Parts: sequence; structure tokens; C-alpha cells
Amino acid sequence: MSEGIYLDNNATTMVSPEVVQAMLPFFTEQFGNPSSIHQFGNKVGLAIKAARKQVQKLLGAEHDSEIVFTSCGTESDSTAILSALKAQPERKEIITTVVEHPAILTLCENLEKDGYTVHYLKVDGKGRLDLDEYAKLLTDNVAIVSAMWANNESGTYFPVVEMAEMANAAGIMFHTDAVQAVGKIPMSLKDTKIDMLSVSGHKLHAPKGIGVLYLRRGTRFRPLLRGGHQERGRRAGTENAASIVALGKAAEMALEHMEHENICVRAMRDRLKEGLLAAIPNCFVTGDPDNCLPNTLNIAFEYIEGEAILLMLNKQGIAASSGSACTSGSLEPSHVMRAMGIPYTAAHGTIRFSLSRYNNMPEIEKVIAAVPPIIAQLRKLSPYWDAANNVPVEEPEKAFAPAYA
Amino acid sequence: MWDYSEKVQDHFFNPRNAGAVAQANATGDVGSLSCGDALRLTLKVNPETDIIEDAGFQTFGCGSAVASSSALTEMVKGMTVDDALKISNQDIADYLDGLPPEKMHCSVMGREALQAAVANYRGEEWKDDHEEGALICKCFAVDAVLIEETIRANNLSTVEEVTFYTKAGGGCSACFEGIEEILNKVMLERDEEEVVAPPPEPVKPAKAPLTNLQRMRRIEHTLEAIRPQLQADRGDIELVEVDFDKKIAFVNLSGACSGCQMAAATLGGVQQRVMEDLGEFIRVLPATEMGKF
Repeated sequence: MSEGIYLDNNATTMVSPEVVQAMLPFFTEQFGNPSSIHQFGNKVGLAIKAARKQVQKLLGAEHDSEIVFTSCGTESDSTAILSALKAQPERKEIITTVVEHPAILTLCENLEKDGYTVHYLKVDGKGRLDLDEYAKLLTDNVAIVSAMWANNESGTYFPVVEMAEMANAAGIMFHTDAVQAVGKIPMSLKDTKIDMLSVSGHKLHAPKGIGVLYLRRGTRFRPLLRGGHQERGRRAGTENAASIVALGKAAEMALEHMEHENICVRAMRDRLKEGLLAAIPNCFVTGDPDNCLPNTLNIAFEYIEGEAILLMLNKQGIAASSGSACTSGSLEPSHVMRAMGIPYTAAHGTIRFSLSRYNNMPEIEKVIAAVPPIIAQLRKLSPYWDAANNVPVEEPEKAFAPAYA
Repeated sequence: MWDYSEKVQDHFFNPRNAGAVAQANATGDVGSLSCGDALRLTLKVNPETDIIEDAGFQTFGCGSAVASSSALTEMVKGMTVDDALKISNQDIADYLDGLPPEKMHCSVMGREALQAAVANYRGEEWKDDHEEGALICKCFAVDAVLIEETIRANNLSTVEEVTFYTKAGGGCSACFEGIEEILNKVMLERDEEEVVAPPPEPVKPAKAPLTNLQRMRRIEHTLEAIRPQLQADRGDIELVEVDFDKKIAFVNLSGACSGCQMAAATLGGVQQRVMEDLGEFIRVLPATEMGKF
């Protein structure tokens, strides 16, 4: 890996060198179209078939034909929801959650303009759902439920297996955006009632531009892209063969490293959490730390702003991300942090550290040493901070209440 | 990652005048916690001379907010209060060699903190008329509130008009959907039919081929029509040379336009207007490119 410490693996991951090796021949000698009958195409077709099996194994799907390759997680999400609506035109409602990724939320907001009703399940202070509220919404008007497996910002899990059971009992399709969960925690989809699931290759050390829609056999389906017979007519368009092979290899490697991810990566994450919380006053972990991804740590540093923290971290070669408004150019801090009721003075200072198996303990120790002085330096600039005594000013909200807040 | 100038980075990593000024007699608190930028400006003004002897800032905000605050304190030190009030947000941005369009509001915040602090010094009450909406047009940094207010105030009903009044949509045109949505909202309130964007009118070919002199006059005429818009932003444009063989018009962008991060988008818009008026293809390039052809 290049110089620097990369702790932004929920944004995207390094492509594993083994994955690069696996895909390279498909740019050169293995250039055939898998649909062709001749030897050039046939070999590529067989490679795609092998990749499908590898992904099937990682997801614990019953059949390899349940794996549909797409271009990304967003395409998988859109395909799932739009298919459910098109296949069941009499059902005009969708259930989702307030903390979904924009791939779901923006689509749902757009569907509202087209006359669909979307129910957004709220979360509590730790990012957890109220399943009683959910149960009440499961009616015959609902076409599909879409809830993420693990939140990209806080790492918090939703009980998707249980939610899928409830939806299934009510005769409603269930989709989960699992782009953060796949490859990090074991899955056995054949033992669940999940009908559709989205995967994104670049979150598990495959390249960008490849995704999967898991589609349980027997689920009513309408393709998003129509055209050729690729992916059994469920996703037309010539296969991205090199990337499909890459995702297959990445899936195989993720399965091999599953234990490592849940023991070693978790241990590094826990050390980071403990080290930062011990060294820095006025900060706290967001989400539900007892029920979250092994690689994700989201900490709110109160009274300072996240982009400023990231710029200073970046100067020391440390890469992370923030829920502040400024990092995205929007006017509000992260919708996930706001949904959990985190106040503005903390939500803007949230920093997400997301690890991978390519990190190591010495890197974590370096980060633990680097962060506290940065926080202290920025707090010196903050109108909420009493620099002389190194504590927040008394009654911060009253002491500094700027105009047009 | 934002494309911050070296000046912005310098003022962020090495902020000047951080912290509150001792014995300050002017304080301005402005900003918005929801969008994550807030600033307290403290000044020490000599009551005899009205000269700002010291200035300090405390900022809760991103890199460009800290840099804008730092720049502001450097600029106002030694100025009289009246001179300081003449500083515009563009002056602050210029001092920092420009800010990304999404971050221009940081410089606005600096100017407002100054106004608030001066009002505080003079014992007046400062009221801001500031309301910020979601950024719609990224080329020219135009937000939803400004677009909506302009549509209401001028009874606009097409995307083209909105572009003419606010510049929103005048660059890459990716924000047409956003503008149409705001238009539809306001027009529904006015009980009007929703707008459907008319198909763009095809460029009409000139009836008879123009002479080079006629073409040059026409280009100049078009530029004359564009100049007031640029001058409103303290910029200007002039025609330098036309190469009819290569179909290129070379122009000089001056004033605030030179070095502006939007210069390329501006030239793109100018080229479009020139082509429409001329009825033929022509490229509009900065005169500095002349040697390359």
C-alpha cells in the first residue's frame, strides 16, 4: 500500500493485489464476449460462471442463478425497488428507514413525487429501529421493505433477518442494502427470508463499477435494463467480465479472511476506540457499539467541525471521513447523525474510522497518538471552548448563540 | 477533496489572530450551527480614531471558514471602521486567491461578522437578512432561496429567465431539473400551468455568408451585450483578435474575471452566445492562448 494510513474503508477499499492479478488476463488475451459460441468467448463465460459460484458461497445463497451481476450497489438498489413496484402495480407503498444510504433515500423521495407513499422508520439515539412501529406498517398496500444490513456511517446493524421474516409473514417483499455488511460478517441467505440484497464490489477489495443483486429464486422480478439475454435476461448489457472475475476472487478472499476480520480487525478497532476515548475529553462513540460492524468506529468530537479535523489528519497522512455538512457541500450534517438526535455541535464533529484487513496495529497506535493534538488545536479556535482551562465554556449554547442559527 | 488554494491552506494550518482579543470593545457572532459554520469576531477599536487596533476570531467550522476568518482579521487590522465596512465577501475570497463555489458562504459569514461587530461597537442592533438554501447551480454558486425569491419578485416562468436573472443554469446546465422544480412550485402557487422546458431552438443559419468585417462587428456586439453582467461581478471582457480560418475569437477577461475559478465556465457561456448570434461555430479562448495556434 502507498504511504499513509487508510482508515476510510467504508468509502472504498484497496483492490487486493491477488484480485488485480485475477482480472488482468481479461483485459488482454481473454477478451472474448461470453455470449459467443467460439473458444474466445467460451473461456470468459466459464470464468464468469466460476465467479458467480464464489459470490454465491460468500452470501450463502441456495443457487448460483440467484446472483445477478450489476454495475454497482446503487444499480442493485434501484433495480430491487423499481422491480417490486412494477411487478405489483396495485401496491403503492414502500417501507424504509431514515438512515438509509442516498442510493435508497433519493430514489424513494423521487418515487414520492410519482405518487408512491414511503414510510420512513425512525431510529433511537443509538440508531436502532422500533420493530413495533415496523409491524404496524406491514399491510397489503406495501410493495417492498428496504432496510440496510449495516449503516455505512455508524456501522450499526438492523435486525434484517427478523425484519425479513416479519415481511414474509405479511406477504411483502424484503430487500436489504448490504454493501457494508457483505464480506465483513458471515451470511447464509438460504436460511433467511431476504428476497433481494445489494452488494458493491469496491467495498470488499474488488474494483469500482461492479455490484451484485441477490435475487431469491421465485421472487417476482422486472428488469431495470432490458436488452440482450445476459444474466438470464434480468440485467441486459455485455458483462463486465474482468470486474466480475475480480469480484469472484474478492468474495473468495473475504470468506477466507472472515475470522480475521471478526477477530483481528475488530481488535484493532477496539484498541482505536479505547485509545481515543481515553486521550480526548468531550467525545463519544455514535451508534450502537455493541451491535455494529467489526471494522467501523464513529466518534463525535464535540465543539469542532469535521472537515477541519480531516484536513489536519490528511496532513499527517491519515485518511478518514466525516459526517459534517462541509465535507459534502450540503447544508446539513449527516442525516444519520441527525436521525439519532446528535446535537449540531457534535454531529459536525463526527469522524468515521473504517478499517480493513490491510491495516495493522502500529498504524492504529500512530493514529491514537496523532488525533488528540489535532482535536486540542482546533478546540483552541472554537468559540465553544475555554482555551485557558481546556474545557468547554459554561453553558455553551448560551455563551455562543450566533445570528441566523 | 476541495480544491483549496495555497493561501486558504496556509490560513487554515497557520491561522492568524486566533482567539479572542483582550479588552475587545466590539463582538460579532454570526453563522449557522445547522450548516456547521459559526464565527465570533472580536475587535479592539480606538474610540478616538475609530481605527481597529486588534482583531481576533474564534471559529467553529471547516477549513475555508477558519481561513476566511483568519484572512478577515488580517485585512481589518489598522483600518478605520468605515473603511473596514467596505470590505465585501468577494474581497475576502480574493485575499485567499478564491474559494470553491460551495464555500463562498464562508466569506459571506466573514463580512457579516464584521458588520455585526461594528454594529455592536456603535451600540446599534444588527439584523441580518440572510437566508441560505441548498446550492442549486454549482457553476455560479446560486442557492435555492435566491432562485425562489427571484422567481417570485420578477414573476419568472421559464428556466431561461431564471438563468438571465440569477445566472443559475448558465454554465454546465446540469441544474435545470432543480430550477424547474422550484419554478413549478412557485407557479403552482400562482395557479399557473407547470412549465415544460421548450426544446432548445436550433441555431439559425445566417441567410447570406457574412463578410469577416460583419462577423467581427457581430461578435463585438454580442460581447457588448454580455459586458454589463460581467461588470456586475466586477469583471470585464474585450475582444482582442479573431482568427476566421481557425474559427477562434480571442478575448481578454479582466477585473474579477481574471483568475476566477469560473472563468472557463464563463467563456463557455460567452461562446454559446456568440455562436447563437453569429449563426456559425466559433471558439472563444483567452488571449493568452493566442501563441499556441
